[in-house]
Amino acid sequence: MKRQFNIESITVGHTEQPNISKMTLVVNIEDDVKLEQLIKQLSKQIDVLKVNDITDKAIVLRELALVKVVSPPNLRLEMNAIVEPFRPQIVDTSKNVVTYQVIGHPDKIDAFIELVRPYGIKELTRTGVTATVREVQQTFYDQTPLSLLK
Amino acid sequence: MTANASTNAKMDASPSGMQEVENRPKNGADILIKALHDQGVDIVFGYPGGAVLHVYDAMYKNPIRHILTRHEQGAIHAAEGYARVLNKPGVVIATSGPGATNLVTGITDAMIDSIPLVIFTGQVATTVIGSDAFQEADIIGITTPITKHNYQVQDVNDIPRIVKEAFHIANSGRKGPVLIDLPKNISTAIFDEAKANVPDEVYLPGYQPNYKPNYLQIQKAIQAISEAKKPVVLVGAGVLFANACDELVEFVEKYKLPVVTTLLGLGSISGNHELNYGMAGMHGAVVANDAITKSDLLINIGSRFDDRLTGDTSRFAPEAKIIHIDIDPAEIGKNIRTDIPIVADAKEALKALLKNDFNAPDTAEWIDYLNSVRDEYPFWYVEDEKEVLPQQIIEMVHTITNGDAIVTTDVGQHQMWAAQYYLQNHSHQWVTSGGLGTMGFGLPAAIGAQFAKPDKKVISIVGDAGFQMTSQELALLKEFNLPVKVIIINNAALGMVRQWQELFYDSRYSQSLMPVQPDFVKLAEAYGLKGYRIQTIDEAERILAEAINSDEPVVVDCRVKQLENVYPMVPSGKALHEMVGVKKF
Repeated sequence: MKRQFNIESITVGHTEQPNISKMTLVVNIEDDVKLEQLIKQLSKQIDVLKVNDITDKAIVLRELALVKVVSPPNLRLEMNAIVEPFRPQIVDTSKNVVTYQVIGHPDKIDAFIELVRPYGIKELTRTGVTATVREVQQTFYDQTPLSLLK
Repeated sequence: MTANASTNAKMDASPSGMQEVENRPKNGADILIKALHDQGVDIVFGYPGGAVLHVYDAMYKNPIRHILTRHEQGAIHAAEGYARVLNKPGVVIATSGPGATNLVTGITDAMIDSIPLVIFTGQVATTVIGSDAFQEADIIGITTPITKHNYQVQDVNDIPRIVKEAFHIANSGRKGPVLIDLPKNISTAIFDEAKANVPDEVYLPGYQPNYKPNYLQIQKAIQAISEAKKPVVLVGAGVLFANACDELVEFVEKYKLPVVTTLLGLGSISGNHELNYGMAGMHGAVVANDAITKSDLLINIGSRFDDRLTGDTSRFAPEAKIIHIDIDPAEIGKNIRTDIPIVADAKEALKALLKNDFNAPDTAEWIDYLNSVRDEYPFWYVEDEKEVLPQQIIEMVHTITNGDAIVTTDVGQHQMWAAQYYLQNHSHQWVTSGGLGTMGFGLPAAIGAQFAKPDKKVISIVGDAGFQMTSQELALLKEFNLPVKVIIINNAALGMVRQWQELFYDSRYSQSLMPVQPDFVKLAEAYGLKGYRIQTIDEAERILAEAINSDEPVVVDCRVKQLENVYPMVPSGKALHEMVGVKKF
């Protein structure tokens, strides 16, 4: 807040080591100087052990969304067929509403949401992004760079 | 002076009290006081209250020198003054809620000026935290952005470790304030030595400040220096915090490098040193700003390129390659592009530069040029037949004390004049609020400085407005017979606000004049102090020397010309070469 950074999403959880948590932050930053400042300001916190900028690394990136959609019985089969490529799970259902759980890259979740939006979204819950760096960093790895800078 | 002896009688606990402490089980408060003794703390500034009653009780039984100020803000500024002069952490205790929030300005001041402080605040019991209990404030939430680190103690057995870590963090790397919030039930909880985990060495894997400079960067810096034609060294407070003044002087003398300083870097090199071209920035010397603007190599040692120093950053040192030495990596590249970054302690970096013999740059022509600018554009004022000028007062104070006194200031015009006219002979004797610009800082800071150096002459140059923000601390001058000389530069105005209104708001003096002021002489007398008033230059010549040479605390009300402005000046948003008021009108 003090440094005027806007955090898009933030997730946090325990790691394999006791007393150490890992946070994944998604931040839109327009220039390199500001990005460097963000990393330095985070590193400066006494409790922060390490800061990695994984924007341009080969990473596995996941988000989970729970999407509650209006789904009258006469449309339900049609809807299930349409969303099938996203392989969502139905985690709750009632007479007129179904809740899908969908996991994947945030772009995939965006696409899923657009797909079901015409049916009427009653409630949308997203966890924010978490990520891990791939063990093998291959330069030819087919990955769209996320950074807007390069 | 007798300040050391005249400590609060109540603090001298009876032997039976000590005995009691020995025998009963120790609680959190006892352990806290013991931890302060273990850290070698010899003085604490504070103010008691409900949530810290146990801490004060423990202090009564196991005495530590405690100075009871009249407001928590006084306590924290006193601790800042103490820390600045001794270059070691000042310690503050306040109660929960309002006690803690009254510290906030001082904590922020210490944060922005990197002053080492360890602050203890009381807190309501953990069982009622979050219930809006009496005198509850979320001081951890409030101080997270204004402390280097903060702790809320959750387990009494953590106290020794946390106190040890707090002193380490406050006084290492880039120094700063660390706050420890102590809930009341933790201060009463019984301490179990067996469960306390106090490592011999502080273990903080997320905090590893880098002291030694990178070898390659030093080589690059050496090459740049030896190739420079117009080098200038910009010195900030980092040199003082690193105790690197001797190395600085050796370095600049060896390679004949001109030096300019920031406001907080004053004193790192003698004000009279031939290579010292003075303070740069908004109200700095013309030659200092000219040196930066024309230089081809700027060597910044321990300054954070504050906006009051740089002016318009896009036109700051436009021709210079920039070497930036700073202990805090986040400062490098934050405000000004850097060509050769060196993350290191100023002393270590200077030692590394001195260890390598290299070709001195030929700076003779550059120095000749700077000398001519220095001669051409000294600080100036136009004498007034009737009224005393504030600059004259400060010049006289300088002459009387030979530039050897510890000087604390408040914030505003008088602060700039003190920076311009009181040339410091020694390091760690200039105590001022730089980054935050905290009015009310001067008097309590002088009290802390006098406790730090009981045998030194301490002059507190304050304005009439800022003085009134913390003037209640005059009581301490009397109580502890602290021979501080309070020099009030009284223009019956918020001088700097008035100056800006004159220059940039067509002299619409909106709420910047204070036509009705208390009688400061009587105010001093009300506190049992000697008060003087100066209204003419004759009186100034007669009274100032007497007041300053006395070994008692004094308050001198200097009535000065109201409409005097601080010049030269870089108007806000302008570049350093666009100074106005560079010569006598």
